[in-house]
Amino acid sequence: MSESRTIWSFNGGLHLDDHKSESNGRPIVDLPIPAILTVPLQQHIGQSAEPIVQVGDGVKKGQMIARAIDFVSAAVHAPTSGTVTAIEHRPIPHPSGLSDTCIVITADGEDRWDELPEPMTDYTSYSTADLRERIRWAGIVGMGGAAFPTAVKVNTSGQRPIDTLIINAAECEPYITCDDRLMRDQSADIVDGIAILQHITGARECLIGIEDNKPEAAQALRAAIAERGAANIDVVVVPTLYPSGGEKQLIQLLTGQEVPSQGLPSSIGVLCQNVATSAAVADAVLRGRPLISRIVTVTGRGAQNPGNYRVAIGTPAAFVVEQSGGYSSDVDRLILGGPMMGFALHSDEVPVTKAANCLLAAAKAEVPGPRDAARPCIRCGECARVCPAQLLPQQLYWYARSRDLDKVQDYHLFDCIECGCCAYVCPSHIPLVHYYRFAKTEIWTQERDRERSDIARRRHEARQARLERLEQERKARLRQKKEALEKKSTDAKDDPKKAAIAAAMKRVADKKAAQSATAEQTPEE
Amino acid sequence: MLFETRSSPHFSGPQSVTKVMGMVLLALIPGTAALFWYFGWGVLINIAIAITTAVVAEAAVVGLRRRDIGYALGDLSAVVTAWLLALALPPLLPWWQTVMGTAFAIVIVKQLFGGLGYNPFNPAMAGYVLLLVSFPVTMTRWLPPDVISSQGLSLADSLHIIWSNSPPAGQTWDALTSATPLDQMRTQLSQNQMISEIRESPLWGDFGGRGWEWVGNWFLLGGLFLLWRGVINWRIPVSMLASLALVAGVFWAIDSQTHPFPAFHLFSGGAMLGAFFIATDPVTASTTPRGQLIYGALIGLFVFIIRTWGGYPDAVAFSVLLMNMAAPTIDYYTQPRIFGQRDDDDA
Ligand code: SF4
Ligand code: SF4
Repeated sequence: MSESRTIWSFNGGLHLDDHKSESNGRPIVDLPIPAILTVPLQQHIGQSAEPIVQVGDGVKKGQMIARAIDFVSAAVHAPTSGTVTAIEHRPIPHPSGLSDTCIVITADGEDRWDELPEPMTDYTSYSTADLRERIRWAGIVGMGGAAFPTAVKVNTSGQRPIDTLIINAAECEPYITCDDRLMRDQSADIVDGIAILQHITGARECLIGIEDNKPEAAQALRAAIAERGAANIDVVVVPTLYPSGGEKQLIQLLTGQEVPSQGLPSSIGVLCQNVATSAAVADAVLRGRPLISRIVTVTGRGAQNPGNYRVAIGTPAAFVVEQSGGYSSDVDRLILGGPMMGFALHSDEVPVTKAANCLLAAAKAEVPGPRDAARPCIRCGECARVCPAQLLPQQLYWYARSRDLDKVQDYHLFDCIECGCCAYVCPSHIPLVHYYRFAKTEIWTQERDRERSDIARRRHEARQARLERLEQERKARLRQKKEALEKKSTDAKDDPKKAAIAAAMKRVADKKAAQSATAEQTPEE
Repeated sequence: MLFETRSSPHFSGPQSVTKVMGMVLLALIPGTAALFWYFGWGVLINIAIAITTAVVAEAAVVGLRRRDIGYALGDLSAVVTAWLLALALPPLLPWWQTVMGTAFAIVIVKQLFGGLGYNPFNPAMAGYVLLLVSFPVTMTRWLPPDVISSQGLSLADSLHIIWSNSPPAGQTWDALTSATPLDQMRTQLSQNQMISEIRESPLWGDFGGRGWEWVGNWFLLGGLFLLWRGVINWRIPVSMLASLALVAGVFWAIDSQTHPFPAFHLFSGGAMLGAFFIATDPVTASTTPRGQLIYGALIGLFVFIIRTWGGYPDAVAFSVLLMNMAAPTIDYYTQPRIFGQRDDDDA
């Protein structure tokens, strides 16, 4: 394996205290299954899954309980055996504190597996379509936080071929260690998953990008790769710099290439997957198991016993923290995800979803909050210096604040990855990202409204057109009737003189036509 | 369990406006000490008057606008403005002129535009220019360097002069004060003297004005401290000094008898203070990387032009104010390329 691979760099970024040691020391622990699990129908980007069970149904572990109804969607499976006791709105982990439809399962405590599909152990003998179908069946989504359905992402037909598969193992947010632990404890699964993903996408090489603060994980992966003899998988250690785990940033670090603004990695022949996703793929293909659990980091000074836990999807966050050892007395905030990009939960009575990588129970001292109210922007440019997307955050802020939605888009609001670097360094303590989210939401709302009014307008126009057509048809029918009547009357008093004149005129015209036809032929003869 | 929610990021960095301003004040100390060393108590008295005025004026306006006074003063920006303005004033300026200039800077130039962050012009420089055009006589009445040793002006003497605007008994203004080196250079050049003759005067040191060259050195040191601490970046000061030196160098190379050599420009007036502490004022300067290079370079150019052919001896204040006006336009045309954007995407 090449030790000499070039590591590129990206603009800006932050050196943060990584706080990894709090939770990365002990192996993954399986948490018990709670009495009641609340499984949201939408844990991914795209359309919600559609329930295929009813209240009162018995379900078994791994049984599909909601199917993907659209191309961009992901199926949902029962995390344990039990009975469906409700299908209704329950609070879900979402920044807005929204509720959404969930399937509530009361566990029977037996945790009995459903009959699973055949393992595809010799996966190279299957078509890529079959393998994709298996991934789709298993309901796998990106497990780094974005939760995009994996079957859709690996469907690269009709695009530029994928040369490089990049496995995102950077885990650059402070505190989070679930990927680190997974790499140490299940490196073989990850490497198997990578091989399958490579087979599906046809990617010639695979680069695993990992920050240099996880040497044990890198070592474990290297060992697993060596054991498999997978010469085309390379572990690439990158410097610890937030946000090196941003998809576009990682791609630049590893390949030196920039994903075009508003474009996809596939447009430069790259596909990016998270390490945990890769392990889930191995689970689905080699063991026929759907995605029904994930590793969650519980950490922060507000948690008694930081560590990494395998948690059934649908387990309430409160149960996870409690089972891990509970809160400490100075807990102040519960953050889902990391301190830079995660969102603060209003209540811990929300379920763990496929994208939930970390429960950060933060003590007051860790999240001091605003030391004082935000001061005005002094245009110091610090924000621009650290912005990995090379934006001008102060301009974005200015226009977002004045609700100039055209100007924010001119300043590339939608290239902002909401990494929070700008807000972190701002000496005026302006909650910059907050303004960008606000502006994005405003724009989406506006677009939706416009779409709605477009639809309404089109409907109106269609109706107008229909009415007009009906009116025209009615008029036409009337006219025809009238003409028919008139014709009858003229037919009756047909004039023989007129007929004679018409006949004479026709003879003249025929003659003329014959003459000109000859004239045209002449030059060719 | 229920928690309070807030928007991410949940961490924030160690920097704050108060710390930034505090750092600037710290960095001003060596240069201020040098000024005091060469020009006496007047320097410190001016600073005290200006800071008092600034704090009172800011408190009054913020109070009238029914905002939190302690919070507004807490950013230290008023103190920085006052201090910078005071450093540019002649050491024996009548007290009420200092008060007037500072009050104008804080009330009109800063607060009437909305306070810190909203002012398009550098308040200290605007205050300085107001005084310069209103009181040309007192504003050009500088002391010769080494005043403490040569004139023996005590703290009491200085206070008396500043309070009464009259020289101590038995002395005249002419005996007491002199022009600045830049001023003298201009006047004598206009009387067709050669540089070599002008340099015979006791106002000249080794490479700049006597005393001034050392003041410049100490401000340079403070500037390097700010660079080291990351409070300012190198673009504006370097481009400003480089362009001033370059243009001065070209003219000096053409005719060294009517154009002083470049180091004189850098070390005789407000160039160092201007480059590191005034042109770098983030609120009023250009903010894009390329824009800052252009902004600094144009200030340097204007300093040379105004000093050489303009009506005022030192030109940092005018040049900075001029470029303050141009900053938004410069920024607009020098937006950096964003990540993943090709050069031809949206010029
Ligand atoms: S870091 Fe804050 S104060 Fe500085 S330019 Fe950016 S938004 Fe303004
Ligand atoms: S949050 Fe957006 S604007 Fe701020 S640094 Fe990150 S990408 Fe740049």
